[in-house]
Amino acid sequence: MGLMDKHAIIEKNATLLLVGSLLVVTVGGIVEIAPLFYLDNTIEKVEGMRPYSPLELAGRNIYVREGCYLCHSQMIRPFRDEVERYGHYSLAAESMYDHPFQWGSKRTGPDLARVGDRYSNEWHVQHLAEPRSVVPESIMPSYAFLKDAPIEVKDFSTHLIANRRVGVPYSDDMIAHAGDDLAAQANPNADTSDLEGRYPKAKLGDFDGNPQQVTEMDALVAYLQMLGTLVDFKTYDEAAGYR
Amino acid sequence: MRFGTEIAVLGLLTFAALAAAGFGVDEPFRQHMWVLFFVLLGFVAVLIRNTNFKPATPVDPSAYMDGPIRYGAIATMFWGVVGMLVGVVIALQLAYPDLNIEPWFNLGRLRPLHTSGVVFAFGGNALICTSMYVVQRTSRARLFGGNLAWFVFWGYQLFIVMAATGYLLGITESREYAEPEWYVDIWLTIVWVAYLLLFLGTILKRKEPHIYVANWFYLSFIVTIAMLHIVNNLSMPVSLLGSKSYSAFSGVQDALTQWWYGHNAVGFFLTAGFLGMMYYFVPKQVNRPVYSYRLSIIHFWALIFLYIWAGPHHLHYTALPDWAQTLGMVFSIMLWMPSWGGMINGLMTLSGAWDKLRTDPIVRMMVMAIAFYGMSTFEGPMMSIKAVNSLSHYTDWTIGHVHSGALGWVGMISFGAIYYMVPKLWNRDRLYSLRLVTWHFWLATLGIVVYAAVMWVSGIMQGLMWREYDEQGFLVYSFAETVAAMHPYYVMRAAGGAMYLAGALIMAWNITMTILGYQREEEPMPGAIPALQPAQ
Repeated sequence: MGLMDKHAIIEKNATLLLVGSLLVVTVGGIVEIAPLFYLDNTIEKVEGMRPYSPLELAGRNIYVREGCYLCHSQMIRPFRDEVERYGHYSLAAESMYDHPFQWGSKRTGPDLARVGDRYSNEWHVQHLAEPRSVVPESIMPSYAFLKDAPIEVKDFSTHLIANRRVGVPYSDDMIAHAGDDLAAQANPNADTSDLEGRYPKAKLGDFDGNPQQVTEMDALVAYLQMLGTLVDFKTYDEAAGYR
Repeated sequence: MRFGTEIAVLGLLTFAALAAAGFGVDEPFRQHMWVLFFVLLGFVAVLIRNTNFKPATPVDPSAYMDGPIRYGAIATMFWGVVGMLVGVVIALQLAYPDLNIEPWFNLGRLRPLHTSGVVFAFGGNALICTSMYVVQRTSRARLFGGNLAWFVFWGYQLFIVMAATGYLLGITESREYAEPEWYVDIWLTIVWVAYLLLFLGTILKRKEPHIYVANWFYLSFIVTIAMLHIVNNLSMPVSLLGSKSYSAFSGVQDALTQWWYGHNAVGFFLTAGFLGMMYYFVPKQVNRPVYSYRLSIIHFWALIFLYIWAGPHHLHYTALPDWAQTLGMVFSIMLWMPSWGGMINGLMTLSGAWDKLRTDPIVRMMVMAIAFYGMSTFEGPMMSIKAVNSLSHYTDWTIGHVHSGALGWVGMISFGAIYYMVPKLWNRDRLYSLRLVTWHFWLATLGIVVYAAVMWVSGIMQGLMWREYDEQGFLVYSFAETVAAMHPYYVMRAAGGAMYLAGALIMAWNITMTILGYQREEEPMPGAIPALQPAQ
């Protein structure tokens, strides 16, 4: 075994061992991850995807903060039972603006990738505040405190700017109106025509039953209500999207 | 003056933390900076109390530096108990949801506290202190860099405290096992690079011609974790005075980067590092050489090369392109072989010393650890097969698999190493009690068996319930019904976890009494003293 004897060279040279093992462990990542950034078919061509509106983004930040992904996935697999239970299987395009992704790895609760439009706002508020009052079998914690936590509207544009720096196509117009849009989306009396132009299909109105202030509950429900509703599946070419 | 520079630097940092607590742009960040301020203030106070103006007594450069290792052994025990306790709490929350106390003690905030607590606080401290112990003794050299080892130890504890308090305050990136936010990540990067310098520097000044096999594993673990941590945590802060950041990647690219990291946190943090532990402490405890030198070479290079590829098996049937999923599956299955290479090398080291299983509960613990390593590294490749994964993914089966590896392999081998090290570090003849080690061994083993078996049943049951159709072609169960069916298993799982925790508490008592210098008067272990032979 001549090769084995040569291993003594590496065993006697710490730098060689360090560089050698670092080279060996970089290969897999380069081969698997790097192509995802340049292969065109990694993300399907779809119609309807847009960046999150400021209120939705604020809601998503609460979803991230509370660790919802630990019990809820946002990734429907292409199986008969999942498609019947939750809707069309998830596309890569649907999380293209998600920094970070929230696909999750465990379903202690159901998948939420297409929870949007499935329940009323009132149901969501009641369910978040007191889960077992609407689903007796639920083991979800209570999130009633969201109703009393106001959203910081001031300087919300900084969040859009940070997202733009990592590649989300927020326009100057969107950034300039971030605070106004955030407040307007949860205000049933606001003029929302500009907002709807910037963020088509955005859900509007008072979400938490308290029109006096924009709360974290407003934001979270606004986010949940738009999940999975953006892509227009009538125009989606299944065969072309397969990879 | 002792600690002069340290006090000045820490004082400045303390002031900076106070300023950040005042000027932070979001409330969680301000609260977090108050935590940092008080922790740093504590460090400064301790240093000032210990300073003096006499010239420092010169250290003997040929003596081993064991101070940070003693602290590390205690920290390992402490964080182990904390992390496992939080685990039992969240297990009970799943069985009895009214135990959630919003907002700080909801499951979503406590669960990262549990995982980081056991993986990074317990496992990390065990790795850092054993690697410092092993590298000095196998290199016959004192730790490199003077007080660098102390910086690594205390810097790492600061990372743990900041990560843990951040989770409770709602400061998280929500990336599994990489939850801490950007500024805590930067701090960990600094500490980790210092750790790499400490370890590599000590190897470079070794007096032994060869680098011992345990150190190959420790070194590759340290350098790979550095690479994974930096790449996976690339993110854009909203403000330099705020807690929130947005990940540099999105969607599918973010998902694979995260699981490239996540799976290799298992592969390098929880496997390669602990294999290093095995390669020193098992031969030492059984007093036999490592079984095969060739096998250790082959399985070392194969293991570190193959592990990195396995990440995509966490994303089977998702929106990740099929080619990446298949590649991940194939490499995961190949990974079975080098994993078992390590298991064989560890187990066969007992050749000629198998009788020690009867007489030495520490050997028993180490052997059980290696057995669980073999079991979970078989289960893992099996679960990475797409057909199996379609059932197991998203269920408790995954949780059971992780715990047979974490409780069985990582926990048991660390316990064995600590039991071995503590009497030597404090110059005691023996442990306070070997009988308590036996109690610990059985509580831990039964706890794991209960835990894993219960999670297999609940996981497979839930997976089958989700996909069950009646003869008319309708789904049989609503999601809520599958949740209700989990209840008895969640209760039993908490009981299994509580048994494991009880074993760790017994260990903490045993270790504490050993450190304090007590020896329990007890019957020797049966068989430890050869039975008297009749006169010929």
